[in-house]
Amino acid sequence: MEGRGTRIALRAWTVLVVLFLWIPLALIMVYAFNKSNVQSWPIPGFTTKWFHVAWHSQDVRTALWLSVRVALVATGAAIVLGSAAAFAVARFEFFGRDAVSFLLVLPIALPGIVTGMALNSFFIAGHISVSMWTIVVGHATFCVVIVYNNVLARLRRSSPSLIEASQDLGADGWQTFRFIVWPVLSTALIAGGLLAFALSFDEVVVTFFTAGAQSTLPLLILGLIRLGQQLPVVNAIAFAIILLTVIPVALAQRLMRDTGVLRRTAGSVTEAVESAQVTAV
Amino acid sequence: MRAARLRLSGFFWRHRWAKALLLLALPLLAFALVYLAALVALFISSFWSVNPFTTEIQHTWNLDNYRTIFESSAYRTIALRTIGIAAAVTLTDAVLAFPLGYFMARIAGGRSRTFLFVAVLLPLWSSYLIRVYIWRLILSNDGVLNWAMRHVGLPAANIGYSNWAVWLIFTYVWLPFMVLPVYGALERIPESYIEASRDLGARGFATFRRVVLPLALPGVVAGSIFTFSLTLGDYVTPLLAGGASSQFIGNVVYDSVGISNNVPFAAAFAAIPLAVMGVYLLIARRLGAFEAM
Repeated sequence: MEGRGTRIALRAWTVLVVLFLWIPLALIMVYAFNKSNVQSWPIPGFTTKWFHVAWHSQDVRTALWLSVRVALVATGAAIVLGSAAAFAVARFEFFGRDAVSFLLVLPIALPGIVTGMALNSFFIAGHISVSMWTIVVGHATFCVVIVYNNVLARLRRSSPSLIEASQDLGADGWQTFRFIVWPVLSTALIAGGLLAFALSFDEVVVTFFTAGAQSTLPLLILGLIRLGQQLPVVNAIAFAIILLTVIPVALAQRLMRDTGVLRRTAGSVTEAVESAQVTAV
Repeated sequence: MRAARLRLSGFFWRHRWAKALLLLALPLLAFALVYLAALVALFISSFWSVNPFTTEIQHTWNLDNYRTIFESSAYRTIALRTIGIAAAVTLTDAVLAFPLGYFMARIAGGRSRTFLFVAVLLPLWSSYLIRVYIWRLILSNDGVLNWAMRHVGLPAANIGYSNWAVWLIFTYVWLPFMVLPVYGALERIPESYIEASRDLGARGFATFRRVVLPLALPGVVAGSIFTFSLTLGDYVTPLLAGGASSQFIGNVVYDSVGISNNVPFAAAFAAIPLAVMGVYLLIARRLGAFEAM
């Protein structure tokens, strides 16, 4: 229905928006090698020494280790809670089923300070002192929906008749799970887990309200940017983080495309979109 | 062992509700005990106050926090600025995203569609904080933007540390959240609808306005929930890239908790975006946005 002119205009618009999205990311890659510790453009020369400085900084290591631990535990909790909820919603009809999705998406659909402040008031009212575990609780609440969406998208695309067939052939619940459900589900679980990990690893708005004196990596970076003293180190960390987040996301993307026993080609992009956008959510 | 397993399978097959209950109990309980309880705690503590001398929270109910917010013109300005910029960001993102989503869904072929999909998705997942920080470098006076403007013979833009910077950065970081649902909604429109519209004599633009646009609207609204809500609840971008008059609701909350240790007041101010989003979600639901999420 589009004329030639419209098509060309749409193509040009698409190119511009994609450039808008990617030029800043390309720039940080260049800044990471800035020889000067003044962040002006163009940079006066190249060096790799800031990677060395960042890698040997004790603060960075402590923060990185805390971030990794928090993300691992939060992802684990999200996988258990998210897939349980996804199974219930996909396989059963019950009163208030739509409300479940709504409830799970709330922690990210509501503004960050609302979730952060709510948890903060909750911990104070309950006399719970902040620690790594309060950060984990905060992260787990908004990671659940990511696993939930990935698993739900997969379950909706797999046919329940496979399970009935397995039972008709005499398999018990465990065998059905092991040989039918798990092969269908595993990649969606891993994809959801990777994305949940990435989300937790990156989160800063809510984390501030649930962390005490200790800093996750994003909290440390926020502090460094505000102080403005170690910006070259921030640039180096930024470079590493961007590369590191690209890997799990690209991997998750592939996993959601390749659906194991239910290999499909046409539906794969749609499924990826479905999981990604709510992920995005 | 196997007999026991079979009996168990049989039990859950006969009593399907037991399985559903077992699956739902854990996530729902966790959410009720933590998240919903936290929202209730937020609401309740917004009616408390802090003793100015001991900085202890006093559990006496009063409306002082809300009165302070509504009676102070500074706080009113901050609330209106936050909502206004959130609306502007949402609108800009919708304008940027729609043609892109349209191109992806209806014109691009398989490979370039996958490429574009990844090109939108990866920036979304790369660190939010770092993407804000990059723009701080780009927009500063000796940054890339002014350098580029000078090179094409334009005057320097100098928009670093201003509300323009805040608007631009929010537009940038939340753009993928708009593109994905818009693309999803456009992709779901069956080709036959468009053919039918053509058969009935509608020209290109009429088809677009009367068939494509109404069907894509839920996608736009779904995207807007995120662009609007995320802007409404942020304090990092105004903190890092805003100027003296770029304070957001989030910054007041952040300072109240981090500096003045006045949690009840912070809770009361955080209740405002909560109320705004409550209304927004109700409207979005009527427009069918939840199905497009």
